[in-house]
Amino acid sequence: MDTKFVCSICGYEYDPANGDDNADIAPGTPFENLPDDWVCPVCGVGKDQFEPAE
Amino acid sequence: MEPVKIKENLYQIPVTDWNVRDFHGYSVYNGTTYNAYLSLGEKNTLFDTAKKGFSEEFFGMISKIIEPKDIDYIVVNHAEPDHSGLLTEAVEKIKPEKIFLSSACQKAIIDHYHKTDWPFEIVKDGQEFSIGSRTVHFLETRMLHWPDSCFSYLKEDEILISSDAFGHHWASSGRYDDEVDNAELMRHSKKYFANILLPYAPMAEKLLSKVASMNLSIKMICPDHGVMWRKDPVSIINKYKEWSSKDLSLKGKKATIFYDTMWHSTEKMADSIFDGLKSKGFDVDIMNIRVNHRSDIMTQILDSSVVVAGSPTLNNGIMPTVSDMLCYMRGLKPSGKIGGCFGSYGWSGEAVKEISEYMTKAGLKLLDEQLKIKYVPSNEDLVLCKEYGIKLADKFESTIQGE
Repeated sequence: MDTKFVCSICGYEYDPANGDDNADIAPGTPFENLPDDWVCPVCGVGKDQFEPAE
Repeated sequence: MEPVKIKENLYQIPVTDWNVRDFHGYSVYNGTTYNAYLSLGEKNTLFDTAKKGFSEEFFGMISKIIEPKDIDYIVVNHAEPDHSGLLTEAVEKIKPEKIFLSSACQKAIIDHYHKTDWPFEIVKDGQEFSIGSRTVHFLETRMLHWPDSCFSYLKEDEILISSDAFGHHWASSGRYDDEVDNAELMRHSKKYFANILLPYAPMAEKLLSKVASMNLSIKMICPDHGVMWRKDPVSIINKYKEWSSKDLSLKGKKATIFYDTMWHSTEKMADSIFDGLKSKGFDVDIMNIRVNHRSDIMTQILDSSVVVAGSPTLNNGIMPTVSDMLCYMRGLKPSGKIGGCFGSYGWSGEAVKEISEYMTKAGLKLLDEQLKIKYVPSNEDLVLCKEYGIKLADKFESTIQGE
C-alpha cells in the first residue's frame, strides 16, 4: 500500500515513501501502520483527521 | 478615526487598539491595529472585520465611505476573533449577497459563530472571482497561521491583502512603511514572526516559493495588523525567507541564554557560559526571565543559532518561570538550533533534565552534556561553565560544516 494521506485540517500530505523522520517513522511505512499516537507533524491532529489523497 | 484611501475605490479600515498590552501572552508594548479593507465598485466588498468591542469605530469608519447596507460581499481571510469578531454584526447590518471564504474557514467560522444559514460561497485555492472592476485571486495559506488563513490578491491593482502574514502589532499614526521608522517596523515584524508564525516556518517557505513561481507582481502588501508595505514590499518578503530558514549558517554566531535564578548561582553559570561563547566570536544575549517577557526572549531566539536555558532545581523540579518560557518555546518550535541546559542545585538536581526534555520537544539539537553545579559554583566550576559555552560554539561549527 503506497496511498498518500492528506491532513484535512492543514493540508499536510503523508507520503509512505518518505515516512516521518521527526517521529522516527521509517520510509516505506504505510499510513495504516503508523502508531495510533502519531500526529500530523504540521498541525498536531490525530490520524482520524486524515483522508486518502485524491 | 479616518479610513485610509489607498487608491481610487480602495480603502483601509484601520481599527486602532492603543491600549492592548497582552495579546494572549504576547507582549504588545505599542498596541496594535485590526485592519479591514473595503473595495468599491459594481460589488462593494469588505475584506475581514475587526475585534469585538470596536464596533462603533469600525462601522463609523465604513460609514464615512458608504452605508454598510450598501456592501454586497464579505471576504473572510481568517476566522480568528480579532478579524472576525464583528462578523455577526456585519452580516446583520450588511445582509451580504455572498460571503467568500475557504472551506476550512467556513468550518472555523461556523464553530465560532454557529450560523449555518449565512450565504457562504466556498472559494478554492487559486480560484478567481469578480467583484466588479476588480478580480480577487484567492490563495489558501493554511497554517499561516491557522488552517483557515487565506490571502486575497487584487489582480488588476497588484495588491496583496495578506491577513496576518507580514503584519506586526504596532499602533502608529503612520499607515504605510514609508511613514514610520524602518528599524522599528522591522523589529515589530520580527517579533510578530517569532511569536506567531515560527511554528509554521516550513509552510511559509513553501508558500513564498509558490508565490515566486506564480510570478505575481506585488505592488503593495496590506496585512491585517500594522502598516501597509508600499515602498518596499520585497523587503518583508525577503525577511520572511530569512526568518523561515533553518539554515544556521545564515543566522551565524548568535546565541541567547535565558534563565531564572534563586541565589545567583545559576546566574553566575550563565555569565560564564556567555564568556565561553563570546571567546568563540559569538554575539550573546543574556535574558533573565524575571525581567524579560517570554515574547521578547522568543524574538531573540529567532535570530540565534544557539539557545541555552538555565534553571535552579526548586522542590525537585524546574522553576515555574522557566517552565513557562520553555512551554511557550516548545510550541513555537525553533527547531534545528543548537541547545544547551544548565542549572545550580542543592541535592537532587532534576531541573536540568526537565529543561532538556522541553528543548528536545522544541526540536533543538542538544549538546549531550548537561551542566549541573552543586549549590554555589566555585572558580573551577565556572571554568567548566565557560568550557560548556565553548562546546556549544564547537557544536555550532560542526553542524554548519555538516550542512
